[in-house]
Amino acid sequence: MGRSCLTGGVFPSQHRLSAPIPGRRAGGRVEGMIEMHALTKRYGATTAVSDLTFTVQPGTVTGFLGPNGAGKSTTMRMILGLDEPTSGSVLVNGRPPRAHAAPLHEIGGMIDPRAVHPSRRAYHHLLALAQTSGIGKARVDEVIDVVGLRSVASRPAGKFSLGMAQRLGIAAALLGDPATVVLDEPVNGLDVGGIRWIRGMLRELADAGKTVFVSSHLMSEIAQTATRLIVIGKGRLIADTTVADFIASAAPGAVRVRSSDQPALTRLLRSPDVTVTPAEDGSLAVSGLTAAQIGAAAAAAGITVLELATEQASLEDAFVDLTKDAVEYRAATLEEKNA
Amino acid sequence: MTASSVFAALPAYNRPQRVTQARVIKSEWTKLRTQPAALWSLLSAVILVVGFGVLYSLLREARPPQGAAATASFDPVSVSQSGVQLAQIAVGVLGVLLITSEYATGLIRTTAAAVPKRLPALWGKAVMLTAAIGAIGLPASFVTFLAGQSILARQHLSVPLSQPGVTQAVIGSALYLAVAGLLGLALGTLLRSSAGAISALFGVMFALPIVAGFLPGTLSDQVNKFLPSTAGQAITSVHPDPATSLSPWTGFGVFCAYAAVLLTLAAIRLRRGDA
Repeated sequence: MGRSCLTGGVFPSQHRLSAPIPGRRAGGRVEGMIEMHALTKRYGATTAVSDLTFTVQPGTVTGFLGPNGAGKSTTMRMILGLDEPTSGSVLVNGRPPRAHAAPLHEIGGMIDPRAVHPSRRAYHHLLALAQTSGIGKARVDEVIDVVGLRSVASRPAGKFSLGMAQRLGIAAALLGDPATVVLDEPVNGLDVGGIRWIRGMLRELADAGKTVFVSSHLMSEIAQTATRLIVIGKGRLIADTTVADFIASAAPGAVRVRSSDQPALTRLLRSPDVTVTPAEDGSLAVSGLTAAQIGAAAAAAGITVLELATEQASLEDAFVDLTKDAVEYRAATLEEKNA
Repeated sequence: MTASSVFAALPAYNRPQRVTQARVIKSEWTKLRTQPAALWSLLSAVILVVGFGVLYSLLREARPPQGAAATASFDPVSVSQSGVQLAQIAVGVLGVLLITSEYATGLIRTTAAAVPKRLPALWGKAVMLTAAIGAIGLPASFVTFLAGQSILARQHLSVPLSQPGVTQAVIGSALYLAVAGLLGLALGTLLRSSAGAISALFGVMFALPIVAGFLPGTLSDQVNKFLPSTAGQAITSVHPDPATSLSPWTGFGVFCAYAAVLLTLAAIRLRRGDA
């Protein structure tokens, strides 16, 4: 159980409720959406993805979470039409990904930001991609400006830092103004500024009505960005939920309380449905009661409450909790050793 | 963080964006001209064609054929065009690298996502490769012919372009190079590895004739003239010997057939397989 003041991993209590940016929604076409039905992918004897059924809706950022090796990248490759499903189906904007006549306008994807020809200039990398769909140079310049690569656009893409490469990958994904955006680990290896930039961009894309599907193996990162959540482990669907519900269901929050008489308060609160655990700092961690209930009980018993705080379940804890059976390689954790 | 939009500057883009073969060819042209290794391969092909052709012409000028029989069978065109034998590797490697560099870097996934039918990308590469090799190969072939013949002329061994079969052989040298490049492209697409495909290319072009040479007598000649490189080189020859070589266009047709079969297999692999 983490504390809300600890680094990352915390559910953002106030979700942004800003209005969609006017005029940005692409008019006159089917809204983006990703639909998967019983999607399965095997490589030889290895099953990478098994029986995945879920839908990614437009207008929100959907996080795609799973431990390393869970099958996230495989799933994303199938969404982009790179790998063929062994069985089951994936539809992007209502069609199989390889059936689109104007693919860059339908799906913008980034699988690997390092997938560039190292000696080709960033500008030419984007230009060659744009030309496949008849997208003009003016648009190439637009995306270069938006991702902030103007000053390095004529440098070989192989010389880019990881952060610059991520921006180049995102520029490529946005070239055709796609209805659906699929990014695999877009914040991997970025500095704080880069992470913030990507978070802001993802929200704006969702606010503009696009379907945004972003993978990560870090729960804390997803929590800062996504509203909806798909969790997989060992290639199977574990959860299809909202970020808020995910935390609530996986690891209910505890209430930390400090009072004038801790032993008395412990006796007062303890019941079959309530656990009271003394913490090292002398406070009590109470689960099964709300802060209001604890405060009222203490007041009724004449115990002075010195401190009363609801702890948010850490997303990282919730994630570990939910995927603990599905982690491919797992080292013994500290808690387990101490238990 | 949310107030200042880093991103609102990007306008919508709703113009038609259909993928067409012509657009993909344009894209492949951009890739080719912005890939330094490709340009170096083309440059080295030119240097090999002209440089080796001139060197060998100088050698034969210094050591002209002795006796009537040797003089009669002396083919001055094959001397001045001898650099094609080396340049075929440069253009073959170029063909390989056009596709294997995309597999090595992962760029193939970007290409496959942008051109989901995938085959237009292969045809686009084939068209640009053929055009590029033709654009450098044809002038190089004529230059080495003119330079080589002017050297051989000092021993009165030269032939003019106007002589029957000569222009065909000079143009044929460039055609041969173009198809060798396509063979490389097909092998690269099939094997997806630079090292593997370049090895296979060497095997097909050089090792197969050597292996065929181990066969007994006339069987060796019969097999050898149908091998890709031997068959293809018939078009670079003015007086092909019917015992060891097919006629120019038949041989070139056989060479093209090899390339067509390999390109078809490559297309099937590209379309069906995971990118």
